[in-house]
Amino acid sequence: MAVCIAVIAKENYPLYIRSIPAEQELKFHYTVHTSLDVVDEKVSAMGKALVDQRELYLGLLYPTEDYKVSLLSRLGIPCVKSMFPNQLHRYGYVTNSKVKFVMVVDSSNTALRDNEIRSMFRKLHNSYTDVMCNPFYNPGDRIHSRAFDNMVTSMMVQVC
Amino acid sequence: MEPGAAAAVGTAGAVGAAASAGAPAAAAAAAAGASAAAVSASYCPLPLPLSDGEQQCYSELFARCCCAPATSSSFFSSSSSSSSSSSSSSSSSSSSSSSSSSAGHPQPAAELGRGASLPGPAATAGANQVGDLFRASQLPAETLHQITELCGAKRVGYFGLTQFYVALKLIAAAQSGLPVQVESIKCELPLPQFMALKNDEIRYSNPTELHGMKCQIPYVTMEKNSFKRVDDGEKQQEKMSPIMSPVSSPPSSPSSYQRVPLTYGYGKLRSGMDQMHAAPYETRQHTLQQEGSTSGSHGPKPTRRQTSLIQSLSVEREPQESNSNYPDDPWRITEEQREYYINQFKSLQPDLSSFISGSLAKNFFTKSKLTIPELSYIWELSDVDCDGALTLPEFCAAFHLIVARKNGYPLPESLPQTLQPDYLQTAFLKPKWDCALFDSYSESMPVNQQPRDLNRIEKSSIKEKTDLTAPAQDVNIDDKQALKISSVDEAMPKDLSVDTAAKPGLLPPPPALPPRPLMSQVLHHNTSNDSISQTKLPGQLPGYGDFRLLEQVLLTQIGCVWWNFREQIRKDNDLQTKEQIAEEKDLCQTEQVSEIELHPQLTRTPSQTEESGSPVKKDLPHTQPPSKPIRRKFRPENQVMENQEPSSVSGTSSVPTVPTVKPHASIQKQSSKQKKAIQTAIRKNKEANAVLARLNSELQQQLKEVHQERIALENQLEQLRPVTVL
Repeated sequence: MAVCIAVIAKENYPLYIRSIPAEQELKFHYTVHTSLDVVDEKVSAMGKALVDQRELYLGLLYPTEDYKVSLLSRLGIPCVKSMFPNQLHRYGYVTNSKVKFVMVVDSSNTALRDNEIRSMFRKLHNSYTDVMCNPFYNPGDRIHSRAFDNMVTSMMVQVC
Repeated sequence: MEPGAAAAVGTAGAVGAAASAGAPAAAAAAAAGASAAAVSASYCPLPLPLSDGEQQCYSELFARCCCAPATSSSFFSSSSSSSSSSSSSSSSSSSSSSSSSSAGHPQPAAELGRGASLPGPAATAGANQVGDLFRASQLPAETLHQITELCGAKRVGYFGLTQFYVALKLIAAAQSGLPVQVESIKCELPLPQFMALKNDEIRYSNPTELHGMKCQIPYVTMEKNSFKRVDDGEKQQEKMSPIMSPVSSPPSSPSSYQRVPLTYGYGKLRSGMDQMHAAPYETRQHTLQQEGSTSGSHGPKPTRRQTSLIQSLSVEREPQESNSNYPDDPWRITEEQREYYINQFKSLQPDLSSFISGSLAKNFFTKSKLTIPELSYIWELSDVDCDGALTLPEFCAAFHLIVARKNGYPLPESLPQTLQPDYLQTAFLKPKWDCALFDSYSESMPVNQQPRDLNRIEKSSIKEKTDLTAPAQDVNIDDKQALKISSVDEAMPKDLSVDTAAKPGLLPPPPALPPRPLMSQVLHHNTSNDSISQTKLPGQLPGYGDFRLLEQVLLTQIGCVWWNFREQIRKDNDLQTKEQIAEEKDLCQTEQVSEIELHPQLTRTPSQTEESGSPVKKDLPHTQPPSKPIRRKFRPENQVMENQEPSSVSGTSSVPTVPTVKPHASIQKQSSKQKKAIQTAIRKNKEANAVLARLNSELQQQLKEVHQERIALENQLEQLRPVTVL
C-alpha cells in the first residue's frame, strides 16, 4: 500500500512525486523531504568504498511522529523498528547515480515484508532505467512517461 | 433544361438530402453547374448534349471537387436542392457526371445553387478530389489517363468545369463499355457510377473531431451516399478523416521529410490527378498542387481555402491510407510505407539488422516537429525492449506512429498489434530470411524428386551459412537460427525417410552428382567445425557466434547422414551397374562392407577435415566466396575417398559374385538387392534420426543456457546503466 512514491534527483529536487490521497500531497512532500536527510546520512555513512549496486536499498528510514521511518541497511547495521501506532513506513533506495527513490507505505492493513519492498524498488528502478533509455528524456526533467505512471499506479493500487 | 433538371433533381434530392448538406463544394458546384449548362457548352471543346440529370450530377460533382469546406456551412441545411440546382447559375457543367450518386447529388446541387457563392466558370476542381472521384469510378488507371487526356485537363493543366464534365462523360462511356473516345460521349449515356465512401472509419478514428465539424459531416455523409467503396476502404477513410481532422487539429507544419512518407504512400497513384501527391517526389508540378503543398507546409493558410483543403486532404489521406489496409486497422503498415521506412532506416544505419542509437533516432525524429513529450511517448511505445536503440521493426513502428500523429491520429495507449516488433519482423524479414528455407524444408515433405530435395536442402543449408555471415549481431537472428536449426532437424529426417521411399524408383541420378560435392563440402565443414565447436561451445560467452557453431554442428550431422546415405545409394547403384547379378549373400556382404566403410568414413572425415576445419571456420563467418575454394579443396579428397571405397567394395563383392553369375536370376536378385538396399537405408536413416534427435536436445539445452546467461547480463547491464547519466 504505497501511498506515496517519489523519485528524487541527485541534487535533491524531485523528479517525480505521486501520492494516493491527493489532498495529503503536501504532507507527503514534506515527509519525503525530511527523509532525504536520512538518506544522505545513510549514504555518507556507508562510505565510497562500500557503495555497490547491491546496496542500493536503504530500508526503513527513521521514525517520526506520524510515520514510521526506520533504516534497514544492507550492510548489516542492526535495524531499529519502532512500532508506532500510526503505521506509515518510509523506505529509501539509492541508485548508483545518486538518484533516490522514497516510498511511503501504509502498512496498517498488511505488514509488508522487506522482500516485497525490495521488489517494489526493483520495479521502480527498472522503470526508471526504461525512462532514462528514452533519448527524448533529458536527465533532470520531470518524469512524464506514461509507462512509468502506469507502473507506479499499479504499485500503489496493488499495495492498497 | 433547367426545369427538367430541377424535377429530376427533386426526386433524387430526397435521397441525397442527408448527404447533400455535406457537400459544400458540391453546393457551389451544383449552383455553378446548373445554370452553366449553356455556358458550359461554350467552354466545351465538343458539343456535349447533357441530360438534365447528368447536368445536375456533373455540376454537383464539380462543385464538390472545387470548393473548400468553408462554404459548406451555408449549405448545411440544404434540403430541397432540386429547384436551386436548376436555377443555379453555375458555370459550365459540361459533363461532370457522377451517376450512381446522382440521386443525392441533384438535391445538394440544387440547394447549393440557390444561395451559394458559385465558383465562376474559371473554377478548377481540386486535383485531389477529382482524382478520388475518378478512382471511385473503378476504371483502370490507363482508362483514367486516357480520359484525362481526352478531356483536355492535361492540355490545359487543370480541371476546369469543361474538362471535368467531359471527363465525367467519358467515365460514363467507359463504364458503359464504350471506347474512350470523343465520339462516344456524344450519345446518350447513363450516368457514371462512383463508389460510395464509408464515413464509419472516420467516426471511428476521429470521434472527437466530429462534433465540431458539423459542416463537414454532411459532406461526409454525402460522400458516403454518393460514393461506393473504392478498391480499399482505406482510401475513403483517409479522404473522410482528413476532412474532419484538418479543422480540428490542423497538422503542424510538416517538414519536407514528413511530406515524403505521406506522398510516398501515394507513389503508386498514377493518373493525372495524382499530381497532387507529387509535391516532394514527382517533377510534374501542377499549379494547384504546388499551392496546396506550400500552403500545407505552412499550416493552415487562409490564402486559399481550396488549396488548404486539397493539401490537408492529401496530407491526411496519405498516411491514413498507409495507416490502414483495412477499415478497422489504422495502424497497419502498407508495403510502400514499409519500403520507405526501410529506406529511411538505411539512411541512418546501413545495416538493416542492426540498431539505430537513441541519439541518432532522436535527431531524426525531432525533425518531424512533434513535441518532445509526444516523441518521448512514441519512443516509449515503439522501443519495446527498452534498450535505448531501435531495430528495424521498432523504427518502422515509431515512424509510423509519428506519421499518424502528424496527421491527427491520437496516439494509442499501447502499441497496436500490427506495430509490434515481432509482427513486423516476421513481415520484414520474411523475404530476406529465406523463408524459402522453411518452405523448402516443409515442401520437401511431399517430395517430388529426391535429387531436387537434395539440391534444395543443400542450397538452403548453404544459404543459411550466408545468412549467418551477413547479419550483424542481433539476438533475434540467433533465435531464428535456432529455430532454423530445429526445423532443419525435423526436416532432414523426414527428407531422409521420404528419400528412401523414393529411392527404389531412382537409378543413379545424374543431377545428384553436382550437389554432392557441395554436400560433402558442407559435410567436411561441419564435421571439422563439429569437433572444434563442441569443445569450444561450453567455454564461449553467449552470443550469436555460438549459434553459428551450433548450426554448423547440426549441418555437420545432417551432412554426415546425407552423405552416407547418398554414398550408400551410389554404392548400391554402382554395384548394380557393375554386376548384373548378385546373390543375396553378396548383397549382404556388400552391405556389410559398405556399412563398415561408412563408419570409417564418419571417423575419417572428421580427422581429414579437422586440420582444414579451423581455416574453414574462420572463413565462414566472413564471406561466402572465400570459403568456397577451401571447400572445393575437399572435393578431390572426398571423391578420391569415394572412388576408393566403391572400388574396394566392388572389388570384394565382385570376387564372390563372379563365379555365381546367372543371367536368368539377375532380375530377381536385383529386386531383392533393392529391397535390401532399402532396408539398409532405412536402418541408416533411423540411426541418423537418433543422432539428430540427440543433437537437437543438446542444442536446446545449450540454447537455454545461453538464454539464461543473456538474461543475467541484461540485468547487470540495467543495474549499471544509471552510472553514466549523472
